[in-house]
Amino acid sequence: MNFQVMIESIPALLGGVVLTLQLVAVASLVGFVLALGVTGLRLSGKPWLVAPAYAYVFFLRGTPLLIQIYLVYYGLSQFPELRKSVLWPFLREPWWCALIAFSLNTSAYVSEVMRGAITAVPRGQIEAAKAVGMSAVMRLRKVVFPQAVQIGLPAYSNEIILMVKASSLASTVTLLDLTGVARSLASETYMPVEVLGLAGIIYLIINFILTRILRGIEWLVTPRLQSEAGRIAKA
Amino acid sequence: MKNSFKILAVAIAAALAAGSAHAETLRIATEGTYPPFNFVDASGQVQGFDIDVANALCAEMKVECKIETFSWDGMIPGLNAGKFDAIVASMSITEKRKEAENFTQPYYQAGAVIAAPRSVELETTPEGLAGKVIGVQRASSYGQLLKAKFPETKIREYDKNEEHNLDLAAGRIDGVMAQRLFMQQWLDSEEGADFEAKGKAFFDTEYLGPGAGIAIRKSDTELLARFDAALSTIMSNGVYDEINDRYFKFSLKPGQQQ
Repeated sequence: MNFQVMIESIPALLGGVVLTLQLVAVASLVGFVLALGVTGLRLSGKPWLVAPAYAYVFFLRGTPLLIQIYLVYYGLSQFPELRKSVLWPFLREPWWCALIAFSLNTSAYVSEVMRGAITAVPRGQIEAAKAVGMSAVMRLRKVVFPQAVQIGLPAYSNEIILMVKASSLASTVTLLDLTGVARSLASETYMPVEVLGLAGIIYLIINFILTRILRGIEWLVTPRLQSEAGRIAKA
Repeated sequence: MKNSFKILAVAIAAALAAGSAHAETLRIATEGTYPPFNFVDASGQVQGFDIDVANALCAEMKVECKIETFSWDGMIPGLNAGKFDAIVASMSITEKRKEAENFTQPYYQAGAVIAAPRSVELETTPEGLAGKVIGVQRASSYGQLLKAKFPETKIREYDKNEEHNLDLAAGRIDGVMAQRLFMQQWLDSEEGADFEAKGKAFFDTEYLGPGAGIAIRKSDTELLARFDAALSTIMSNGVYDEINDRYFKFSLKPGQQQ
């Protein structure tokens, strides 16, 4: 172990961390919004809306992210028409290509989390809400949503953590994210174990902090956890 | 009795002397899978730049040569075990290999080039490349060369050199730096038709290595000296250039570093 190399690598690796976090944050946000739409279609009950949403999720969950990012970056650029189009200033940049691939990929998984959470709310409650005369919007806001968030959040946290790790694929399209920086440093210093090991530790730290934050949010939106904690504190 | 022994001894000595004088045969190993340097043609004959150089050297040294193909892994062990006397197989001279065997002076150097669109003027000077994005393969020596000689150039690293060519063709980067022969192959292909090598090729041995040499057993110092002398001769009398032009559009002759 060459600790000198590890210490010297830290500043460059932290530069990569910024890009990694940026990609994960923006892709999670865009993916979440897309997932809301897909879930809406999926639960609409109308076959011509359900089918495309099903196909979207099936395709994006059924193919490796590495291939998706490769197709967005190297695949789309093969079409001269596209290179002349207004989209090219965006698709030219590896950052946008990675963001598109990550957002689409995560939206498919998140929409499944949402669908699962919403359908897990007991039917009886919805029927009861209907019986007392609640409107559809009211039912969603007062009955479905608060419970779906509690049910879905652990799985959603999982998806965010997976996203952080999957973002390492940005390095395959020349981006210098944490993994990209680490791979370049490893080949420059001929010390892959030290540099990649350190990058692994940094991923671990990022994910540790993220799990804590997400657990906090889980606690905030779940009254049951709070009341349990209260009981324990009192006892 | 004593006389007959003497006669026999003289006869044997004479036979040995005659034998070595007119039939020294060198056995040369090559690989046969690295066109255009060494490859086996349709009739099973081994051909290529390496082979032509080896034959020219043997002619210059006035020895007979038997060139055979061996697997790459077995090459250095085979040389040291005495299965053959020299390796002419595009073997790059490296410090590590030098521990196992001796090398002649390099007999070719592929060098590196920067390729860019034909339609773009690109000076391969530190000023001309300032701010330009140049693609290189990750972990290659080209990135280090660029960093050292063109500090203002933005380097983008790719996992494979096919990928930086894709991005050059797509217009995402201003140019790529890669091994000259590899690049020339791409430039000659349909995909690379709109691109060309800019400026002079790079031969900085500090980054790109000294080139390919002929490997000789450590103990055969006399043979090494003869190969070196023969190489110097064919490189100066035009024989080398004539072979070079059979295979390549540019000269691979070492020592072109400015």
